[in-house]
Amino acid sequence: METVVAGIKSSFKNIYTGVWDFINLLIARSLRPEELKRSTLTALWFMFLTFPILVIKVNTVDNVINWYWARVVYLGVTVYFVSFFWRYFLEVKEHGIKAALDADPVDTSIADGLTDNGQMGALSARLMANKKFKTALGISLCAFAVAFPFMFSMYQTNIMTNALMYIVLGLGLNIVVGLAGLLDLGYVAFYAVGAYCYALLNLHFGLGFWAVLPIGAVLGATCGLILGFPVLRLRGDYLAIVTLGFGEIIRLVLQNWNEFSHGPSGIANIPRPGFFGIDLSLKSSIIYMYFIMIGLCLLTIFVVNRLQHSRIGRAWVALREDEIACQAMGIDKTKIKLTAFALGATWAGMVGVVFAAKSTFINPESFTFMESAIILMIVVLGGMGTIVGVIIGAFMVILTPEYLRGIGEYRMLIFGATMVIMMVFRPQGIITSVRQKYKIMKDKT
Amino acid sequence: MEYFLDLFLGGLTRGSIYALIALGYTMVYGIIELINFAHGEIYMIGAFIALIVASVLTMYGLNMISILLIASIVAVIYAAAYGLTIEKIAYKPLRKAPRLSPLISAIGMSILLQNYVGIAQTKDFIPFPNLIPEFAFLAPYKDTIRSSEFMILITTAIVMVFLTLLIKFTKIGKAMRATAQDKQMAMLVGIDINRVISFTFVLGSSTAAIGGVLIASHIGQINFYIGFIAGIKAFTAAVLGGIGSIPGAVLGSLVLGWTESFATGYISSDYEDVFAFSLLVLILIFKPEGLLGKSTTQKV
Amino acid sequence: MEPILQVKNLTMDFGGLRAIDNVDLEVNQGEIVALIGPNGAGKTTFFNCVTGIYSPTMGDIMISADTSGSVTPDTPKRINGLKPNRITELGLARTFQNIRLFANMSVLENVMIGRHCRSNANIAGAVFRNKKTRNEEEEIINTSYQLLKDVGLEQFANELSKNLPYGAQRRLEIARALATDPFLLFLDEPAAGMNPLETKELDDLIKKIQLEKRISILLIEHDMRLVMSISERIYVVDYGKRIAHGAPEEIRNNPKVIKAYLGEDADA
Repeated sequence: METVVAGIKSSFKNIYTGVWDFINLLIARSLRPEELKRSTLTALWFMFLTFPILVIKVNTVDNVINWYWARVVYLGVTVYFVSFFWRYFLEVKEHGIKAALDADPVDTSIADGLTDNGQMGALSARLMANKKFKTALGISLCAFAVAFPFMFSMYQTNIMTNALMYIVLGLGLNIVVGLAGLLDLGYVAFYAVGAYCYALLNLHFGLGFWAVLPIGAVLGATCGLILGFPVLRLRGDYLAIVTLGFGEIIRLVLQNWNEFSHGPSGIANIPRPGFFGIDLSLKSSIIYMYFIMIGLCLLTIFVVNRLQHSRIGRAWVALREDEIACQAMGIDKTKIKLTAFALGATWAGMVGVVFAAKSTFINPESFTFMESAIILMIVVLGGMGTIVGVIIGAFMVILTPEYLRGIGEYRMLIFGATMVIMMVFRPQGIITSVRQKYKIMKDKT
Repeated sequence: MEYFLDLFLGGLTRGSIYALIALGYTMVYGIIELINFAHGEIYMIGAFIALIVASVLTMYGLNMISILLIASIVAVIYAAAYGLTIEKIAYKPLRKAPRLSPLISAIGMSILLQNYVGIAQTKDFIPFPNLIPEFAFLAPYKDTIRSSEFMILITTAIVMVFLTLLIKFTKIGKAMRATAQDKQMAMLVGIDINRVISFTFVLGSSTAAIGGVLIASHIGQINFYIGFIAGIKAFTAAVLGGIGSIPGAVLGSLVLGWTESFATGYISSDYEDVFAFSLLVLILIFKPEGLLGKSTTQKV
Repeated sequence: MEPILQVKNLTMDFGGLRAIDNVDLEVNQGEIVALIGPNGAGKTTFFNCVTGIYSPTMGDIMISADTSGSVTPDTPKRINGLKPNRITELGLARTFQNIRLFANMSVLENVMIGRHCRSNANIAGAVFRNKKTRNEEEEIINTSYQLLKDVGLEQFANELSKNLPYGAQRRLEIARALATDPFLLFLDEPAAGMNPLETKELDDLIKKIQLEKRISILLIEHDMRLVMSISERIYVVDYGKRIAHGAPEEIRNNPKVIKAYLGEDADA
């Protein structure tokens, strides 16, 4: 026992000296004359660049101009430091940490851990390989999920339900973007299809939530096929634009076709899901909704995980990696792309139904391009092609603005910046996708 | 007939503005094969800068012509600076990355810029001063053509001629064409690729800013979101004409302008944007190489 | 010797450019045939036409064999213009000149992709993972692993393919193509970038494929030593035209071929 404690102590000490060493080297780098010069110049450039828009605010009604001088100073200081880290990380990415720091940190694994899957990655991999740890983690997560609505307020539960919806949306889009490599910017259209499907079927035929849920899924898949079919021949970036166009067309039609969709005023009084014919209070229906989403989430994770590690999932990844080689290896590109579109859209259709039932009111404003961008953000941030990544991404994207109130207004600004930063420094996302390792029956022919 | 003429002229004006933006898309795509999603935002920023400068100058009581000139020049300079910076930050580090990475980065940049302007300025529509004076010689025809429309047509024509000459006859124009054809080869014969790319962004951004100033004073109001729709439409125009081709961008823009104008005039004005998006979808599906583009076989 | 691939009057135009001009070619069962010619002669274009990546302008491509190995000379099948995946399903597999592996998939998975067209688990099978799917999956893994052993890459099975050394990547491409159960294998410059030792190993591997797996081979190659040592017949193309055809010794001494390669400035 004592040796274990000593071991932990010494490893902590190692980490401590390692981090200290690393910080010292970073400071040394930042004090290089060239670095100082470049940071200063960048800061000045950005102060010039943002000057008119940040500083001068015109009130055209009263004909007065307000000057916000402080803003440009804050920006200059921020840019000064950001530019230093920007250059540092770019250099690490291109030439490795040794070149960037111009020295060998005592323990590079510390620095690696801060930048890439060094020690941290290895540690988590070792922990995840441990069966006991995995079960313990799973059980405690389940317990927490079940207890959540009883531990926290209704408001919190509602937010959590929201996050769960985005997990499912993210996992659905992940099939199309992360696995099959098809950039779909109109994903929100399928979400809209699901939501309007429930609202209209309920309005005209009085169908209930549970009856429409599978209909929404099937309708989503069908729309995925309908959209998928014409765009099959298109290359990556054209595909992105066409799907964006489709998404906007659907929204604009919903907005203008009053007889069908009730136009911009939307559809109100959509019933919440029924619970064996019992009328639920608002509080219990929020909790009920939460558990429906937990169920849907587990189902999605299960299905997507199975798909990912199947013959079809492999074909998607092959398609993403190299379309021509994929075809030359006997994979029917058409079929596999359509499968990806349809299976991705299925989840959006289902969550659309849930969304309509949860908010009891829908209008076309909920289905703008920005919504597609947020779902894409979840996939990009968390890690394309990984389930855990998408879950973490959804929590970060949906929960951070809720809990850090100050962020609210800056939410989309931060998303935009994060998208750029992720693509430049870590295109694989927070969680790197790891290929499955196969067990081979030795020498069996 | 008069109605037709009105729509025709309206379409021509619209098309000219699209052309000014579409040029940036087409040039950038021609050189680095990237849909510069943030390009529409440059156009929006150009309009905002012009508004800010014009408002400040108005308070100092300058005359209209000099306000127009100074505001346009400042807008163009700033747009070029933004274009240059965006390329350095969001695209240059991704030259060797898989195709989707710069595209996602571009979408991020577009969202970032929109919200930056939305937060720093305002998210509401703001009125844009009419910078373009009423020309006396147009007075007899003022029922047919407004001064601002006239100005848009003339400016677009001048910009087109200027660009064509620049690309055909100058050294940097030749370097641009060479880079568009084969980046590796251009590099081997001593062309500084980074400079050519930067220059392309500067050129495209400047023309977009001109478009921004013109349309803003024609319509009379702007907000932080105008770049998104205009950007997609201009991209549609560029693809329609054959992306990478400069005459194609102009032709595509005019066709798109007329389509929108006649469709809203004769069919329904509710679906204005739907017509443009439908055209985009149809073109990309049935004739992705566009009207003037060459069809290319993918190299294996 | 029964022909299993017959190409007649194959012509491919790109706009005004004729990349392949009336080329005839035949591969018999069990043969190793080489297609050589200077750079830009149209060799890879020829491959792309036959494997369906391009649709040829004129001519016929006929196959008269199937994946079970039986030869059907009386009922040749015309495969012009079929999609690449259909052609692979019919038993023609290929490798690429500029290696096109699935970089972020493991070495084993790359080969498993080759089994795609010989297996048929669908979405339901993938989700419910029933007995049939599990058995099929096991068959895919075992076959693929065996193929990795055949090309000597089994110790890298779980590595990402992009991390393999160059020579190994070329061999992995061969294993991946073999996984589709072809009767005819197209190798596009398999020895490019290999050192002499690796080339020697490749030589053995190709012969092994021919003899043990009874697969015929058509290869494009610039390494003349390799070409002369393993091929039974050689076709030479230049500027899209077939300029010579015959056994290695004939080709070695053919004046036309020598001229094409040495690029004499005399007019043709």
